[in-house]
Amino acid sequence: MFEKVWARHVVAEGPGGHVLLYVDRHLLHEGTTAAFGRLAKSGRRVRRPDLAFATADHYVPTSPASPAPDAEGRAMVESLARYTADQRIVHFGVGDVRRGIVHVIGPEQGLTVPGITLVCGDSHTATHGAFGALAFGIGSSEVEHVLATQTLWQKKPLTMRISVEGRLTTGVSAKDVILAIIATIGAGGGVRHAIEYAGSAIRAMSMDERMTVCNMSIEAGARAGMIAPDETTFAFIEGRPFAPRGEAWAQALASWKALPTDPGAVFDREVTLAAADIAPTVTWGTSPQDALPITSRVPDPAAVGDAGRRESMARALAYMGLRPGTPLGEIAVNRVFIGSCTNSRLDDLRTAARVVKGRRAVVPAWVVPGSGLIKRAAEAEGLDRVFLDAGFEWREAGCSMCVGMNGDTAGAGERVASTSNRNFEGRQGKGARTHLMSPAMAAAAAVTGRLTDVRTLGV
Amino acid sequence: MQPFTRVTAAAVPIDLPNVDTDRVIPARFLRKDRSVPEYASFLFHDVRFNADGSERTEFVLNQPPFRGAKIVVAAENFGCGSSREAAVWALAAYGVCSVIAPSLGDIFHQNCFKNGLLPVILPGDVVADLRGQLHAQPGVSITIDLEAQTVTAPDGARHRFDVDLFRKEMLLSGRDEIGLTLGYEAQIAEFEARHAREAAWAAPRAAARQ
Repeated sequence: MFEKVWARHVVAEGPGGHVLLYVDRHLLHEGTTAAFGRLAKSGRRVRRPDLAFATADHYVPTSPASPAPDAEGRAMVESLARYTADQRIVHFGVGDVRRGIVHVIGPEQGLTVPGITLVCGDSHTATHGAFGALAFGIGSSEVEHVLATQTLWQKKPLTMRISVEGRLTTGVSAKDVILAIIATIGAGGGVRHAIEYAGSAIRAMSMDERMTVCNMSIEAGARAGMIAPDETTFAFIEGRPFAPRGEAWAQALASWKALPTDPGAVFDREVTLAAADIAPTVTWGTSPQDALPITSRVPDPAAVGDAGRRESMARALAYMGLRPGTPLGEIAVNRVFIGSCTNSRLDDLRTAARVVKGRRAVVPAWVVPGSGLIKRAAEAEGLDRVFLDAGFEWREAGCSMCVGMNGDTAGAGERVASTSNRNFEGRQGKGARTHLMSPAMAAAAAVTGRLTDVRTLGV
Repeated sequence: MQPFTRVTAAAVPIDLPNVDTDRVIPARFLRKDRSVPEYASFLFHDVRFNADGSERTEFVLNQPPFRGAKIVVAAENFGCGSSREAAVWALAAYGVCSVIAPSLGDIFHQNCFKNGLLPVILPGDVVADLRGQLHAQPGVSITIDLEAQTVTAPDGARHRFDVDLFRKEMLLSGRDEIGLTLGYEAQIAEFEARHAREAAWAAPRAAARQ
């Protein structure tokens, strides 16, 4: 599948195996505005404004009660609005109900479809690979390059297929699957690779779940992660605003059905996991690879042979304020965050609400929907009432507490049960301690005040 | 962009694996213009400085022999995580011109090339040995020769590294990549015409624009 999409987008061959790759879709957010400035300064124009789409997510506050954003953050949001208006780039800006996290609204608007190349100046762009698109994150200079040329010089990555076979057990979600994958291959396991996720457990997933899996490809080191398109994919896309219709839809379907990897195709690396072996999973350290089943204990660095690994584990435990041997299910949390481009979609909110219903949050807990439209859809189902009645905050769409750059942060030493994607030191605020988990597990932590095996709550 | 040819400079060992770009430059500095004079102070900020702004003596760049080092010798997967190019800008502002590691985060790796910073991938045991030599003789220099594709260790051992021909030429010449690509206008236009014919569905539906 990867090879097919790649081959169809090669514009020219450069020296040493580099190719000039065409970009079908360029998503922009206010964190990449520096590229616009450089482009203007060099007197260059945006080659295909009709293929670029923008939204404001990283720096936008998610509550009217949030501290007012500082002048610099506000200037980035305003400069994106000004630039996109000048260049006639479609912008889902502040005040537009379609505004939301860039990786949530691309699929929601039908901008993300199988077989295209899609880039964005954000490392979680692999999310769009859930549709069988070749999607990857790029840096600011690459954003400028795409704006000017609609292409990128790329070297073909290696390929890896990760198959998850069998059925997931009760209480186990897509987030647990991807955390288990990262724990298996390591945070650097996918470096220089494009991953294809396959197997019966992946095929059984909804699009929201598939996006959760692909979203965290970068946490395993891979720039791109893809899932073959199928009837689930087509049903999700059909009728969305920017998706093809009529004759174009028929042509698209024919092309998309030919995308899946041919039988007998050879990958540079193959990894297989049994779905039945995956339990509700949480992280204990400061790398997403530091993930274990909730039934485990905090690991002991002394039991590790490799000196480098031992030191890095000890450092992570010191930062996290954890003692080896502590049962993970006994770790008390100070806050709960349900949101981010990993887990802020309707499926995620429904799952969390099922756990919360009829219970009370015993620590401050936030729900931040991924887009204005998801917020509206959730409210139509009464999910907001479930969360509000349980004492949760129901906020506006945005990246919020996943990125620690918009005023939504946790304090130093605070322990957060979070559905986001990174537990790096300082990610959710200087000194904040992050445990990554699924929406159901975060909801369980909110109602008990500690990391909790959601299966014990009988939902 | 400044061309990169050959450099001999003091190197600093960073031993932790999986150093993420949030650690290289924390998120709250991403709103800062990279031309501000204090930009170099954002590098490794939260592990380099205490809350009162004083230096944390245990951090390697705060130890006198390593202060101002121009080469970073890192461990596996350095620069993983966020795509923030500011991680490279902060290293460059500090004066770093090359990062040597057994592996690098893919996006960070690309971002290095775009800013004239040479990423060097060498086998894990070679890099571990380099870091060992830097710890044993703090402040010693390493030589990197891009034309010859070699790293010369403090002990005189010479290690050959691979670099993509395209990236090597771009670094040696210091050429503007966008300028180069704009020279491919005819091929890009030809591709677009063919793509529009063969995969018209790949374009976002124009009627949805308003």
